[in-house]
Amino acid sequence: MDYLNYLRQDKMPHIWCDGCGHGIILKSILRVVDQLGWEKNNIALVSGIGCSGRTPGYVDFNTLHTTHGRAISFATGLKLANPKLHVIVVSGDGDATAIGGNHFIHAARRNLDINLIVFNNNIYGMTGGQCSPTTKTTKKATTTPYGNPDSAFDISKLAEAAGASYVARSTTYHVAKLDKYIKDSFLTKGFSVVEAYSSCPTSYGKMNKETGKTGLQMLMYQKDNTVPLQKAQKMTQAQLEGKFITGVFVEKDKPDYTENYAKVIQTAKQQ
Amino acid sequence: MKKNYNVIVNQKWCKSCEICVAICPKKVFDMDNFYAAANRPEDCIGCLLCEKLCPDFAIEVRLKTEKEK
Amino acid sequence: MIIPNKNIKMMQGNIACAEAALAAGCNFFAGYPITPSSEIAEVLSKKLPIIGGNFIQMEDEIAAMGAVIGASLGGAKSLTATSGPGFSLKQENIGFAIMAETPTVIVNVQRGGPSTGLPTLSAQADVMQSRWGTHGDHSIIVICPSSVEETYYMTIKAFNLSEKYRTPVILLTDEIIGHLTEKIEIPDSSKLEIINRIKPDMNQKEYLPYKITDSLVPPMANFGEGYRYHVTGLAHDETGFPTNDPEKTTEMLMRLYNKIEKHRDDIVEVEEYNTDDMDTLIIAYGSTSRSAKRAIVNATKEGYKVGLLSLKTIWPFAEKEIENMAKKVDRIIVPEMNLGQIAHEVEWATRRAKPIIKINHINGEPITPNEILAYIKQGK
Repeated sequence: MDYLNYLRQDKMPHIWCDGCGHGIILKSILRVVDQLGWEKNNIALVSGIGCSGRTPGYVDFNTLHTTHGRAISFATGLKLANPKLHVIVVSGDGDATAIGGNHFIHAARRNLDINLIVFNNNIYGMTGGQCSPTTKTTKKATTTPYGNPDSAFDISKLAEAAGASYVARSTTYHVAKLDKYIKDSFLTKGFSVVEAYSSCPTSYGKMNKETGKTGLQMLMYQKDNTVPLQKAQKMTQAQLEGKFITGVFVEKDKPDYTENYAKVIQTAKQQ
Repeated sequence: MKKNYNVIVNQKWCKSCEICVAICPKKVFDMDNFYAAANRPEDCIGCLLCEKLCPDFAIEVRLKTEKEK
Repeated sequence: MIIPNKNIKMMQGNIACAEAALAAGCNFFAGYPITPSSEIAEVLSKKLPIIGGNFIQMEDEIAAMGAVIGASLGGAKSLTATSGPGFSLKQENIGFAIMAETPTVIVNVQRGGPSTGLPTLSAQADVMQSRWGTHGDHSIIVICPSSVEETYYMTIKAFNLSEKYRTPVILLTDEIIGHLTEKIEIPDSSKLEIINRIKPDMNQKEYLPYKITDSLVPPMANFGEGYRYHVTGLAHDETGFPTNDPEKTTEMLMRLYNKIEKHRDDIVEVEEYNTDDMDTLIIAYGSTSRSAKRAIVNATKEGYKVGLLSLKTIWPFAEKEIENMAKKVDRIIVPEMNLGQIAHEVEWATRRAKPIIKINHINGEPITPNEILAYIKQGK
């Protein structure tokens, strides 16, 4: 696999810190694109703001780095205007489910054929480690120095409830699964979400050492604390405390927005 | 069967996270002057874990051509 | 009476806006319901699917603004329509469209503010927001029609300027114009000048999406046309990639500013009425121009010498035209449905050389011809 073929090599090395999981996710995306043989001209990679937001700058596609939280709305217009494009959105946990939470759930409801990959590192990395909607209760961040009083979102369950066609979650350690889920999501018609557990050693690890301090330790923590969805269903809440539950949450064949809108066009033209 | 793979580290992109050193089942890598170095490529079994888990696009594992063997 | 070969209709301002958008080649609308602009969305929800275009009702105003920018990058001519509160929400993404140089048109049918304000009543209080609503230094084109027919032509002008200058254009109407139904002559579509964005003709490797060209407007490739480039809201250089370089940043921001300011003669549009022999000048725009014109008709009958300078574009500001016109008169009257947002600009443009009389409403009540007439008569 020649990653260099897909990279804007003059922009490398990338901005992400040592041990950050984001590069692992990007590689997984590129492997899938390579496997599917997608033409670079036909791919648009869209992002919002934050560490994940920098992803498009490094790849040789049509790339769009939008405003904070709004990537999905830009992607919606882009996909509708040019349906031939494979539109991939990459977004962080804060970008996708805090400031962009409304677009996230409505994109799932609308079920337009866009592929969302959430780089979930449980923190706002770019701005210096503030707590995010996926920072778990009691965990520390630069804005929760005494422990987080909030509860965390389960991004995959949120996507499932909102109506996405495909939802799956993997850690960056389980990279073969990540590849498979991203590939299946790209092949799914309608809105798909792959939640990839990334790691932010610089901010999250530094403040929450119990789940690993360095990128390597955090990766190993993922290895030792991942529970497949089927197994998790037989476990108690207490047993699942601190575990990464991974697997395919939704895999549905249902009409996407484009199909429904084609019917609208048909009806309009008949009247 | 030996020496089937070229393991190439781009030290310019390596950020010294040491993931490859720890993850490689055959201990192909060491840290060498702060950067990863594939010191025992002959032991590589081509599992690609290092390549896939290197966040910095700094490792490439390539099957050797007949000539290179 | 039937006038042959003329397409004359009674039409509402908002509907004229929607019809004109279609005539201008608009094939994408994203919006969110808001009074008093919703008719524009409703008409387009009916008509866009017929021509195979896209109408989409988004989850909020911000998403609608994002979608029209995304659609523009995908090659569409896109439109969104809103009013005060929605216009506030769109501001960040309007800044993105300026920075990323994506053509699109934003209609703001003004209503009373601040906040929820007077949703069903008219105002002209978003004049400054349309200029400075988004953060950072920038230039912007804002167009302001004062009749249904003008709404039609000005909507087309908005699309043309957005494509020509690769920039978002704001069509600033108001509730009165939006909901007014009056006669309009719909022009033959073959007689309309429609401008489309300039496309690159070089190969991909040579394409610089933000190149400093003589026209200051670089050609724009749509996504999927083989030019794989990067679009960002970050300060960027000619390649489109982020930079912190002070020289390159200045160069880029100045080009964005100058591509509009240096072409102000092509953009700025004013209409003079009764200005040949006058001692009093009224400067008005939007629905208020109508009252001003009526007041002048009545005042002239009574022997007063009053002229009107109606601003069809608000930004860039017509300071040159105003400065010249001010020399001919003793005083200037500026009626507007706000607390003097344009009057302040007029003071600046004329260096306060002439007394400026402000007539201001902020309660949703239109400024009537009689009210303006009373001011004309004062001191004369």
